[in-house]
Amino acid sequence: MNLLSFFQWLEGTAGSVAIRESTLLYPIIETTHVLMLCLFLGMIAMLDLRLLGAGLRGIPVSEVAGRLLPLAFLGFTLMTISGMLLFYSGPVRAAGNIFFRIKMVMLALAGINAALFHVTIYRRVTDWDCDSTPPLRARLAGFCSLLLWSAVVICGRMQAYNWFDQAKG
Amino acid sequence: MNLLPLFQWFESTTIGTTVRESLWLFPVIECVHLLSLAMLGGAVLVVDLRLLGFGLRAQSAHELAKKLHPWLVWSLAAMIATGIPMFLSEALKCYYSPPFWYKMGLLVLAVFFAFTMRRRVLSGDTGPLRRRLTAVVSLALWFGVGFSGRWIAFY
Repeated sequence: MNLLSFFQWLEGTAGSVAIRESTLLYPIIETTHVLMLCLFLGMIAMLDLRLLGAGLRGIPVSEVAGRLLPLAFLGFTLMTISGMLLFYSGPVRAAGNIFFRIKMVMLALAGINAALFHVTIYRRVTDWDCDSTPPLRARLAGFCSLLLWSAVVICGRMQAYNWFDQAKG
Repeated sequence: MNLLPLFQWFESTTIGTTVRESLWLFPVIECVHLLSLAMLGGAVLVVDLRLLGFGLRAQSAHELAKKLHPWLVWSLAAMIATGIPMFLSEALKCYYSPPFWYKMGLLVLAVFFAFTMRRRVLSGDTGPLRRRLTAVVSLALWFGVGFSGRWIAFY
């Protein structure tokens, strides 16, 4: 069974049909997905601004990360659940959409960027915790994070427009 | 007062027409609107969650609000600056959309609340109950703005 026939099967399941055809369910899930941007990306952006030395200066970086990342994780969880439900409601069109594919790649890159930050420069955070302008590698991580997450949001939004739809027929 | 002619004029403005007739302008403006939403949401949430006792608890809510004030103001400005051309491009649709009117009403309330009562609570030494209440009202108002904003697309 290849991926396409799996998605076709998925699209025919009762849950997928129910979300797709519901006048309330789909908008509610989508609104949840959009508003979780504030909790997820909002918190990430605050940390990134601190890493760039552009916001929340004077507060130790480890404190910003330690206090805000749990909130971001909560946002990420809700974002992932609502996002998977949106995908589930129309997997064939989504999977064939170029913006969806770019979005998934950007998502992976954003994850790699965060992981790299945490296992490298953040390990030595005690050395630069209170610097109002953190070292170059930390600034770079913050910059890449803002850039990659913005790309995720932009691709997610563009996915709704059908200029490049493969399933348009 | 009949606002329909006004909204018809909005729709016929140069900006409205340009955005409506362009394939990519609306989506691009919409993306900036969304990215500003994340920033505005972040700046509001950090302070309101602090008032509720979550997040950056070692700092005072007043201090956080002061540090984040420029980001709050600029992201709000970006949201309004991107919201206006989108509105102009589909002013008639908005005129007939109940969520649009809810959004505008809640937006006025949210901004008014943020720059009056919430500001006073943040700078003054108020009791914990009033601080929490302020955060709940602020979050509810902004949530209402975002929620009804998204629903303009559906109704």
